[in-house]
Amino acid sequence: MNAPMNFEEGTPTGATGSRERLVVIGNGMAGCRAVEEILARDPGRFDVTIFGAEPRVNYNRIMLSPVLAGEKTFDEIVINTQAWYDDNRITLVSGDKVESIDREHKRVVAASGRIEPYDKLLIATGSDPFIIPVPGKDLDGVVTFRDLDDVDKMVAAAGKGGNAVVIGGGLLGLEAAHGLNLRGMNVTVIHLMPTLMERQLDEAAGWLLKTELERRGQTILTGANTKEIVGKDGKVAAVLLEDGTEIPADIVVMAVGIRPATGLAREAGLEVERGIMVDDHMVTSDPSVLAVGECVQHRGLCYGLVAPLWDMCRALADHVTENPTGYEGSVTSTKLKVSGIDLFSAGDFSGGEGCEDIVMRDASRGVYKRVIVKDNKVLGAVLYGDTADGSWYFDLMKKGEDVSEIREALIFGQAFASGGALADPNAAVAALSDDAEICGCNGVSKGQVVSCINGGAHSLDAVRSTCKASASCGSCTGLVESLLSLTLGGEVESGPKTMCKCTSFTHGDVRAHIVEKGLKEIPQVMQELHWTTPDGCASCRPALNYYLLCAWPGEYVDDQKSRFVNERMHANIQKDGTYSVVPRMWGGLTNPTELRAIADVVEKYNAPMVKVTGGQRLDIFGIKKEDLPAVWADLNAAGMVSGHAYGKSLRTVKTCVGSEWCRFGTQDSTGLGVKIERMTWGSWMPHKFKIAVSGCPRNCAEATIKDFGVVCVDSGYELHIAGNGGIKVRATDLLCKVETEQEALDVCAAFIQLYREEAWYLERTAPWVERVGLDYVKDRLAEEGAIEHYAARFRFSQQFMQDDPWAKRAAGEHEKLHQHLAEVRPFPGAKMENA
Amino acid sequence: MMIGNWLDIGPITQIEPGTARTLPVAGGEEIAVFLTMRGEFFAIRNQCPHKRGPLSQGIVHGDVVTCPLHNWNISLRSGKALGGDEGCVPTIPLKVDAGRIYLLRSAVLGEPVSVEDSIVQDIAVQDRAA
Repeated sequence: MNAPMNFEEGTPTGATGSRERLVVIGNGMAGCRAVEEILARDPGRFDVTIFGAEPRVNYNRIMLSPVLAGEKTFDEIVINTQAWYDDNRITLVSGDKVESIDREHKRVVAASGRIEPYDKLLIATGSDPFIIPVPGKDLDGVVTFRDLDDVDKMVAAAGKGGNAVVIGGGLLGLEAAHGLNLRGMNVTVIHLMPTLMERQLDEAAGWLLKTELERRGQTILTGANTKEIVGKDGKVAAVLLEDGTEIPADIVVMAVGIRPATGLAREAGLEVERGIMVDDHMVTSDPSVLAVGECVQHRGLCYGLVAPLWDMCRALADHVTENPTGYEGSVTSTKLKVSGIDLFSAGDFSGGEGCEDIVMRDASRGVYKRVIVKDNKVLGAVLYGDTADGSWYFDLMKKGEDVSEIREALIFGQAFASGGALADPNAAVAALSDDAEICGCNGVSKGQVVSCINGGAHSLDAVRSTCKASASCGSCTGLVESLLSLTLGGEVESGPKTMCKCTSFTHGDVRAHIVEKGLKEIPQVMQELHWTTPDGCASCRPALNYYLLCAWPGEYVDDQKSRFVNERMHANIQKDGTYSVVPRMWGGLTNPTELRAIADVVEKYNAPMVKVTGGQRLDIFGIKKEDLPAVWADLNAAGMVSGHAYGKSLRTVKTCVGSEWCRFGTQDSTGLGVKIERMTWGSWMPHKFKIAVSGCPRNCAEATIKDFGVVCVDSGYELHIAGNGGIKVRATDLLCKVETEQEALDVCAAFIQLYREEAWYLERTAPWVERVGLDYVKDRLAEEGAIEHYAARFRFSQQFMQDDPWAKRAAGEHEKLHQHLAEVRPFPGAKMENA
Repeated sequence: MMIGNWLDIGPITQIEPGTARTLPVAGGEEIAVFLTMRGEFFAIRNQCPHKRGPLSQGIVHGDVVTCPLHNWNISLRSGKALGGDEGCVPTIPLKVDAGRIYLLRSAVLGEPVSVEDSIVQDIAVQDRAA
């Protein structure tokens, strides 16, 4: 039997009475399924020998997660028992790994020395776990999650309790984490990407999942990069992250991904790229060798899920039984096997040209649904919290059905969309009875909404303020809009402008909800307020970042990626992509040290221009982004800090020389200006904010076109607000007159805080005061204790803000923002360099 | 070999999610390599089709970047200007393998490079990380 045999290529020996020999490498799901499919078509065609590296019969690998979680036993996940092999006269060689394929002599050689000749060879070696190449990866206690042995190791470790670290927050990693958590371990999941399961989920769904896992006691670290697995006495002890965090670990599960197991095929000289190259009939570059499952690459794709494997096995069986059909690739869907978490993802949801997102969120039920439609066809779907319609969307997607008829109701699911006339949401709402509840949050019925509309509420906003329907979470906004158009026909008035196209709420609504509901993260705001896009836009992200920063000083962590370029780079971008740098000059004062440092910077960095600004300081132009930290370090060394000339923040405090020098001066305007600037610098605002202090009514500092202006008079200080230059000049309104410097400082702080808390993002003081009215501002600040109250809140917030951002950057914070990734220079001797 | 056509520009951890970093290439141009919030990588020329603004400095939302100069929205996937704006920025084919980012060599260097060219040896192109 071990003698080499030669067969003519493709001669069907079955025709002569003896069977062809089929050798299968891999006793996993793909190999056995392929054999089953072949047997179902032509049971007498082959003598089958299956090699399996694992010493056991074929089992359902995807059910290892429930075994780990203790929800199933091994016996329950066995697909084919020994009896199946016996009944079908299949020789199972388990625990003996195939070491090489001898294509010339058409035979395989196993580790034991066993040689098995074949007519047809099927490679179904599956995939191997990817081990990240970090120090300590080979320590005792580092396991993968691929087979039953791995599960046994994890169960044994869990028996001793302690800490488990799972590296990888994908499907496999989270299922491992869930199992270990259920078995009583303290579990930390380390995930490189910002979003858990980023291949299957978008940011919004990933955030919901993370929150739920954290609620269950797991620690989830996203954007975390493993540097080293730390060992003690040859056994794993901790995991060290790039940022220096060390997490104690009694077991480390490496679940970052899989790669096709192509070693055998590659050594045998078969064509291999990412996976073993196969055609539509699962035939490799050698016509006698077939391959199927996770080890193959078909039409450029490698699959890591089970569904494509079934399709491949069918095509393969059709081919070898001479009834070829062909495999055309698979559309895949994913469900996370973690009990109590409903999560479904299918198809392409990465967006693109002509793609339209339909998003529905229901914060009270923790539901997020997103369906991606292109050319009236469903392209993909992400569902969290309610996955009942997952298979329906998947079906629409696979069949490529035209959904234009049910487009409006698509997101509400099959029951709603298939309801004939009800597919028109207006008709569906019209069919509701008067006592049907429209707004669950505020308990408002359809009848109440309609009478509110008939009573004069002709816009969404009017309905919200009159009967409260859709005023809380906003998930019934669509229903209220339907009722408006049903009741009024075309007479619906558009309400105040919403914050952006991502939400039906106005800036004011969003600000109020952030405070009332205690919302503290951008994805949380988007979920709770039913954002209609997955991660917002360039309008709402910076606004939300500011609102959260303002609402939760010292607590909210500023989101750099939601910042406009100037605020992210702490300099002003110019049309050629370089930056201008303005160091702070307190009250417009400077000295030789500062001037020398500025002059040195100009020369050292070849700044082509220096300009005196309107805010009494110097602007250095033409600095490259990679030079910014060095420029700042030089300026810091001379005692200067950021002038925030780039920010929606306090810019300058312009002063005149005042009573110290000027023959007309009534008070020390320069001194007061410096004090005000020391108090207010570094504060983020809805928009830029300028202050000036003039020493007498001649007003040389132009205080009456500033957001806050002080005009000194003999008897004290006139405080003016809400002026600006710009496209439409607006002179200030007089807010009040005070007698002392301290009062002037307190009113200034209080006014700023009122503006910070109540104005809309990108609304300067002038339009804000015109919108709310001067009297409103005066009244708010005239309330008993209001000045003290607001000034105290401002000062509290300032303790977290007055930290020079330049000094932090010069010390290396966010250094990647300033550095090139690498440099490519195509001439001899060139090398990759990290800039 | 396929792999020879790809330029290894380093580990994926070099780019923070929701941001971009730049890669200067011959002729004074730059390529911007983006990582979206969802974890997808894209490479495009770092120049807005409108007024040449550095797209790498824009706010990233979904697979769109908003130019920092005049708020044009550019699709990272196609390079096309979105909304009412007309224009297109070249995209550079990119792939991620075993934790490293690769750009299509010919797209980076503007023209196909012969095997003899020293850059082929000099720029480390790694097969799957060992």
